[in-house]
Amino acid sequence: MEHFESKLGIDPKRVEKARQLAKDIAVDVVNFVQKYSTVSVERTICRFFGIDGINEEGVPLPNVVVDHLKEKGALENGVALYIGNAVLESGMTPQEIAEAIAADKLDLTKLPMHDIDDIKGVTDELADKAIKIIDEKKAERQRMLEELGDPPQPYIYVIVATGNIYEDVVQAQAAVRQGADIIAVIRSTAQSLLDYVPYGATTEGFGGTYATQENFRIMRKALDEVAREVKRYIRQTNYSSGLCMPEIAALGALERLDVMLNDALYGILFRDINMIRTMIDQYFSRIILGYAGIIINTGEDNYLTTADAYEQGYTVISSQLINEQLALLAGIPEEQMGLGHAFEMDPSLENGFLYELAQAQLSRELFPKAPLKYMPPTRFMTGNIFRGLVQDAMFNVVGIWTKQGIQLLGMMTEAIHTPFLSDRYVAIDTAKYIFNNMRNIGDEVIFKPGGIIQRRAQQVLEQAIELLEKMREDGLFKSLEKGVFANTKRSIKGGKGLDGVFEKGKHYYNPFVEKMLKKQLDL
Amino acid sequence: MGGGLYSLERKDFDKTLNLKAIKPYGDTMNDGKVQVSFTLPVPDGDEAVEAAKQLMKKMGLDNPMIVYHYQLTPGFTFFIGYGDCVHTVDFTAIKVPKVEVHKMTMEEIDEFIEKNIGRKLVVVGATTGTDAHTVGLDAILNMKGFAGHYGLERYRMFEVYNMGSQVPNEEFVAKAIEVKADALLVSQTVTQKNIHIKNLTHLIELLEAEGIRDKVIAIVGGPRITHELAKELGFDAGFGPGTFAEDVAAFIAQEWVRRFGNKK
Repeated sequence: MEHFESKLGIDPKRVEKARQLAKDIAVDVVNFVQKYSTVSVERTICRFFGIDGINEEGVPLPNVVVDHLKEKGALENGVALYIGNAVLESGMTPQEIAEAIAADKLDLTKLPMHDIDDIKGVTDELADKAIKIIDEKKAERQRMLEELGDPPQPYIYVIVATGNIYEDVVQAQAAVRQGADIIAVIRSTAQSLLDYVPYGATTEGFGGTYATQENFRIMRKALDEVAREVKRYIRQTNYSSGLCMPEIAALGALERLDVMLNDALYGILFRDINMIRTMIDQYFSRIILGYAGIIINTGEDNYLTTADAYEQGYTVISSQLINEQLALLAGIPEEQMGLGHAFEMDPSLENGFLYELAQAQLSRELFPKAPLKYMPPTRFMTGNIFRGLVQDAMFNVVGIWTKQGIQLLGMMTEAIHTPFLSDRYVAIDTAKYIFNNMRNIGDEVIFKPGGIIQRRAQQVLEQAIELLEKMREDGLFKSLEKGVFANTKRSIKGGKGLDGVFEKGKHYYNPFVEKMLKKQLDL
Repeated sequence: MGGGLYSLERKDFDKTLNLKAIKPYGDTMNDGKVQVSFTLPVPDGDEAVEAAKQLMKKMGLDNPMIVYHYQLTPGFTFFIGYGDCVHTVDFTAIKVPKVEVHKMTMEEIDEFIEKNIGRKLVVVGATTGTDAHTVGLDAILNMKGFAGHYGLERYRMFEVYNMGSQVPNEEFVAKAIEVKADALLVSQTVTQKNIHIKNLTHLIELLEAEGIRDKVIAIVGGPRITHELAKELGFDAGFGPGTFAEDVAAFIAQEWVRRFGNKK
């Protein structure tokens, strides 16, 4: 970093040290994952090639194609080569090829193989077509941002979760009219464990609404509509996570989503997804998200739902540093790194507010350009909605004070029900009051040198460095086996999805990795 | 005008407490004061406020007052109101099924198990079905516990297997058999469309099919779980909000002795 000014009295050399350790850990991971691909990575390529729809049994065609190659034992060289070859051989489009496979009329492995360079010529052309769509979507976002204006940070982020995309639209538009800047459609419980992306508009879900391309489109249209009405750009959020991480990233890129949750560590720890599978998936999904101008949100905040926020605040910092490096290696610029953290200390802790302030300011100073994602209290919300509203207010004060990028508003009815229309109104109304009333407090107030806040921040950074040192020695995977984050241990062979991982063959080719990464890293 | 904040109206109702006919208490016995907030699917205006008041009357709230109203989005208006409840409840006639347990501390429970059972009790816990919420389960099981109440892992006399979230009932039961569980702890948070009822019923059916229902103490917990509901579904106990590890631990220990007798 060029220059480092700290209100916390942080030594820039220690920051550099922490970052270097995290970089070593991340490089090690990326070197490993580059040797592998997964069924979801291959399905992502299918989707980018324009393969969509479902077969008679409702199986998405990208799954049909990839399963077809897997059954034939031909997946190691990747789906792109086979599709490219089939296009050359048959003159059909990838969609027609997928339909022919679904109808049992085509076996990709039985076609004569063309010259590898000719095939790459075809796949590159197909890839360029998809990349052009993404470029257009990026330009569209830029135009709308210029036309409508970008709201000030922290962006006000609220969730809708009715299970029915059409009902979500009503709730989302209402929330925007009340002042929300970002709308996240919570996914149906357990979608992260599905090894396929459901198809079409959906009206039934548990605790949320399925992420599908059609649902993305419906919400995008509704948010653009209301954005023009309120005259500010409204960002759409969904989840590039779980077993379909890169596929959903691709759908997000194609449908102009603006923010996507994207964190392999979260999937490993909280969804018991296999660490190798999801790290490979994450690498490709981050390349896509970085290229598409989508802000990623990481899930460090969740550690504090199982581990104590005061005692293990440093694990959040360590993880943020690793996530930053993993993102940089995938071509994500700092401005798109919505690293996560949360206001989750026990409210009975004396001076807890000061420690929260120290932690949030530390994240701010470590990642000065990142639109940090700050999560509200959930663990200590009791059902006493009146006290809950005050807890959320304390959280909002820290948010504006430390200039967080994305403030996920807390609901006073947290732990009771999914938000009512009125709950969201109360949350937004009170947050806007605090943000406006305290807008520049962070510029005005400095912290006492050597005081509680400074000492706490320095202590947390030192603990984070200590953990990173151990993790560099062990490597990320072994560290996770030891349970360094969220008090949760996961084994390298355990969890869901390992059977979808394969080592890349000699002729393996994924045109998007090179094309997207090159353009990003050249910037 | 109704009985507003600064009303000097005489309060001409009986102000003695009658447990056979209790009413909400604002600042005077039997004033019946109730605070409500709700949204109606109509645009804001005089008609909306009148509609809200009429609705409050139908809820049994006399002298309804709307103290705040705001249109949340076109066609939806939010109200905060106060009224005097006309209804009463006979408190002396109330009976609530409760988990019958003698309260004990962690040390007392460990000692009780050691003395009466003479071996560790094996507990398997999970959030079953598609439910991904583990905060409640972890609060009861994790070493750390919750709000200063240590979880079962910290107890000397419990052997704990925490299977985490989204565990299929079949895997849960298989684990119970494998480790010879004495007690099963199921946590359910997602209750949309009554998914938890189906899931919990399925679990009991599986336990019966495997012939181990009477060998294990089956317990369910969650924000919307009551003991009554748990019993109805065939569980031995249900724990709702405000439960700490020692409540569950004491129940397991005492229920085990009640059921299988003193083994020492």
